[in-house]
Formats: sequence, C-alpha cells, structure tokens
Amino acid sequence: MKPAKFDYYDPRSLEEALALLDTHQGDGKVLAGGQSLMPLLNMRLARPNIVVDINRIKELNYVRASDGGIAIGAIARQRALQTEKLIAERVPILQEAAYYIAHPQIRSRGTICGSIAHADPAAELPALALALDAEMTLTSAKAARTVGAETFFQSFFTTALEANEILTEVRFPAPRKDSAWSVLEISRRHGDFAIAGIVAGLALDPDRQVIRRARLVYFGVGATPVRVTAAEEALIGQAALEPAFEAAAQSAKQGIDPSNDIHATEEYRRAVAATLTKRALRAALQKLGKN
Amino acid sequence: MATTRTIKLRVNGADYEGTAEVRKTLVDFLREDLGLTGTNVGCEHGVCGACTILMNGETVRSCIMLAAQADGAELMTVEGLAKPGGELHPIQEAFREKHGLQCGFCTPGFLMTTYELLHKHPDADEEEIKEWLSGNLCRCTGYQDILESVKLAASRLRNR
Repeated sequence: MKPAKFDYYDPRSLEEALALLDTHQGDGKVLAGGQSLMPLLNMRLARPNIVVDINRIKELNYVRASDGGIAIGAIARQRALQTEKLIAERVPILQEAAYYIAHPQIRSRGTICGSIAHADPAAELPALALALDAEMTLTSAKAARTVGAETFFQSFFTTALEANEILTEVRFPAPRKDSAWSVLEISRRHGDFAIAGIVAGLALDPDRQVIRRARLVYFGVGATPVRVTAAEEALIGQAALEPAFEAAAQSAKQGIDPSNDIHATEEYRRAVAATLTKRALRAALQKLGKN
Repeated sequence: MATTRTIKLRVNGADYEGTAEVRKTLVDFLREDLGLTGTNVGCEHGVCGACTILMNGETVRSCIMLAAQADGAELMTVEGLAKPGGELHPIQEAFREKHGLQCGFCTPGFLMTTYELLHKHPDADEEEIKEWLSGNLCRCTGYQDILESVKLAASRLRNR
C-alpha cells in the first residue's frame, strides 16, 4: 500500500499555502501531523492531486496565552498538551486528556488542530473543543473567520472548513474558576480510539451544594462529538449525589446516537456512556472538593 | 512542480543524500534508498509501531511520514544503537537476556521506543513504561518479557 501520485508543496509561509489551496480549489489536501492523512494516502482512500505540507510554516507552531485561555497554532504537536506549562496552568483538562490520545510516537507528530480538522467522532480533541467552547480560526487566501465548536463539527469527518481554508488556530477559553472537569474513555487497548468517551464539567452552588452548571459531551457515540443537554438539565438544581448522577446517566443513554460496528454494539456503547457519565461526575465532584 | 525531491539528512551520525519520489514514505526511503533495512515496515498505517525511529530526538512512525518531510532532519534508527564494533546497547542486551523478542519483527520499533523513554524518563515506573510501549504491537511475546527487558535496561542505564 503506497500513496498514489500527487504534487507536493511545502511552503514556508501561510500566505503561500493558502494561495496554493486557492489555485487548486478542491484538489488539494493539507498535510499537518499526517497521523490520519498519511494512512489514508497509503491505503489510497484519499487520492488528492496536491498535498500542501504546512509543517515548515514556523509561524503556525505556537501555544500562547489568549485572554484567560490559550491559543494553539496549526502545527503545534499533541505532545505540547503535556509539555507546555501554559496549558497545564490554564486548561489542565487538556493535559489530562493527552494520556488518552493515541501514543507518544503519534503525539510527537500529530497536531492538535489536525485532530480537530479531521473530526473523527471517536477522537478526544473534537469532544474537548465542544465541551470547552473552543473557537476555531479558519483562514483562506481572502479572509479569516471564527467558528465555534458547536457549528464547526457537522458530521463524520465533516466540518465547517472549506476546501480553500486552513484551520490556523484553535482557542480554548480557561474554564471558569468554580468548575471542575474530567475526561474518561473506554477503549479495547490503551491509545485506541474510544468505544465511548466523555468530557464532563461540573460547578456547584457553594451554599447549598446543589449543581449550578453541568456540561456533558460524549465521543465515539455519534457522527460528531455529542453534547447531551437533557442529561445536563437532569443535574442542574439537584444535590450533587448519586441519584442525580444516575438520572443524568439514563438521560445520556437516550441522548446519544451510537452505531454498531466491529468494535462494539450500539447497546454496549449506550451502557458504557451511562457508566462513564457517573464515573466522570464523581471524578469532577472530587476535584471540586479539592479546590 | 517536481515529482521527485533531493533529500539531505543525518542518520545515526552520518550524512546521507538521496533522491526520492515525493510520495515515498520515510521508511521506504531508509530501506530502499539508504540501504538501512533494520527498520521494518509493518502495517503501513501507523498502528503497529514496527517502523518507529527517532526524528530530532522524538519517536515517530516512519511509515506515515514522507521522506521529503525528513529533509534536513536528524534521525536515529535501530542501526544506531550498537557500537561500531558490534557491542550491543544495554537496551539490546536486556532484550536478549530477558527474551524480549521471539520472531524479532517488532523489535526495532520496541528498541527505539525504549530508547526515547529511558533517555527522557530514566526513572519510568511500570505504568509509564506500559503507556509508552502501548504504541508498539508484538504478536509473539505476550509483552511480559518486553516489560521485563525494559525494566532491566532502565536499571542498568541508571547505574551506569
């Protein structure tokens, strides 16, 4: 299995890369970390005429402060999630989640933006983007626009990105101080894509110990990362105790849309999502206790 | 637009130059153009880890990189582990002693993963070792002897 022929460009500037995509409208593929695209090329599931490699565009390799949160450039590697102090300080759940993202040998090349642009519904980063209200900057030769995660992910491997655009930056706002987050997933082997996973956020009313806000986003259980607002509503105003967590778990089971495949049945995925809901909420609650 | 590229890189301390089609993967370039056949080609889609090498000090899958992307890079492959006289690296010694291989096909990848792990985390505990090794598949050993090999290599490298 070897890639079909293509023309290869590795421009030094974003401007050049965007001009190439504009010229070859729809015919080009952007190569960032390549950890998803290269397998597709090798298996000839993707046969672009043009490959625009953005790895040599140094201006896109950054993690920097942005308001209270962080901004991540298009070729910042997934390993940065574990090594950049700024991420650990401002959005620590990203650092925690990195453990689940493939393997060190993949995270050395794979990019944060690349995973979001690829939009595998079983991947962690798209779910984190949705759960944390990330914003994406999509840049073309003519303009740049900002798209929120809730409209960015459209279907399986399908996003708001146009063929002449590059996802140049993702911004994760800092989670509010009174909230705690947890991420969990079940996979056959460590580092595999999730059979089902969850990113959960929780905030309590300090006086009454009832749940003030909740965010529940699932991955591996639909065409995109799935936020289940009904399950969140089952928590709000309730005491942060098992009965509320159980109600949220039951609601989540109905609110997701998993499929049957060789990895798991639909029924199993619903059961896993329910169990993970309870575990993730307990973990978030425990973190709140420590704050 | 050329469909071939001249690629200059450093592998195991030696300079190489070659010309390859732009669609050629790095592992094929290493094996076919540079004659460095120690690195194996397994699944060719980034799952098995047999093709793991070091690029600029970090482990990467050389089957899901293009050779052109390594132009200007510093690589280390399994051939770079033993000393020029043939004396095995402590990691290789440990794999031999603890039976960390049977057929040997996955071994170059395991050795390179272990190399980066122990270089950066000499005190890695069992959980950390397992996390790093999770990116390499072995169909023979059942992994236990590989784990023992890495632990032995770690203790020897710490006490060296």
